[in-house]
Amino acid sequence: MEKTWNNKAWFMVLPVLVLVAFSAVIPLMTVVNYSVQDTFGNNEFFWAGTDWFLDVLESDRFWDALTRNLIFSAIILAIEIPLGIVIALNMPKKGIGVPICLVLMALPLLIPWNVVGTIWQVFGRVDIGLLGRTLATLGINYNYVQNPLDAWVTLIIMDVWHWTSLVVLLCYAGLVSIPDAYYQAAKIDGASRWSVFRYIQLPKMKRVLLIAFLLRFMDSFMIYTEPFVVTGGGPGNSTTFLSIDLVKMAIGQFDLGPAAALSIIYFLIILLLSWIFYTVMTTSDAQG
Amino acid sequence: MDFSWMAWTLPTALFFLAIALMLVGMGVWEYVSPGGNPRVGVLRFETTRGDRLFVSLLGSAFIHLAWLGLVGANLWWALALSAIYAIGVFRYV
Repeated sequence: MEKTWNNKAWFMVLPVLVLVAFSAVIPLMTVVNYSVQDTFGNNEFFWAGTDWFLDVLESDRFWDALTRNLIFSAIILAIEIPLGIVIALNMPKKGIGVPICLVLMALPLLIPWNVVGTIWQVFGRVDIGLLGRTLATLGINYNYVQNPLDAWVTLIIMDVWHWTSLVVLLCYAGLVSIPDAYYQAAKIDGASRWSVFRYIQLPKMKRVLLIAFLLRFMDSFMIYTEPFVVTGGGPGNSTTFLSIDLVKMAIGQFDLGPAAALSIIYFLIILLLSWIFYTVMTTSDAQG
Repeated sequence: MDFSWMAWTLPTALFFLAIALMLVGMGVWEYVSPGGNPRVGVLRFETTRGDRLFVSLLGSAFIHLAWLGLVGANLWWALALSAIYAIGVFRYV
């Protein structure tokens, strides 16, 4: 079929542009405007220049929260991506097991973030929670309200429980799209299980893994609701991520200028890291 | 229509105007020379001129932040450095 070029088709994109303008561009412009001004409410603003950016860059609070965010995302990716691949590889490809597994995998994804946080907040409590009580009965000193390490472990297990399914479903979609002929050829060649994974399944999953990697990185880097519900950023500031710090600054303290400056820096960091990941993974995909 | 809630200032308006003009300029460039001029530069992967603009703008933002944090609040030198960086990106990336 011959392809026809019609520039009027660009008008079909206009509704999306309008939507993006209202949902992203105008709010972003407003945040930039706020970041260079100070306000005490009543729609009155005073020019502050780059003061808020300097304040953010010089504050330990920002660098500590950023470090926590990076560590959290690195741990999440290191667990969820391999675990998702392993589960997807072991899921049935035919029969009644397929819909059962898919529904079970989809269940955590259907639960709203604040509900997930509440579930784990109760689940981990030493006085009434199943996990907390069980660990206490076993003699393990676990208390996510007082111990920073316990708080981190709880948040990581919660995120793994909530989001590994996404990686599983994406990997599974990649796996079922591989034609049987590939496996038959591998069998004739006497390929080992590892060779089948390395040379057939992994290359076919590369694209979906790229999506899974990016989605999980961006989501974990921007995580807010679940840790806020479970730990509220504590104990101390041990689980205060950038997003939690941002809300404390903007809504708790009503420091809109510094919060806007922090938002822009936060946005730029996510943009940079996502671009690096995307470029590295698409480039290696094109080469290999 | 009242846009006072957006808290506009002249510098931020000029900033967004400059970004908008760049995007219009890129549109005109694409119209005159379609295809995005893809090539493999010093980063060893293919970039179009749109990619190069993105890299220039993102890099410039970090140059300004680094200048602010390490040198001081006078950002004119950071702007000059960003312009040189952008020329370098469009020439070699």
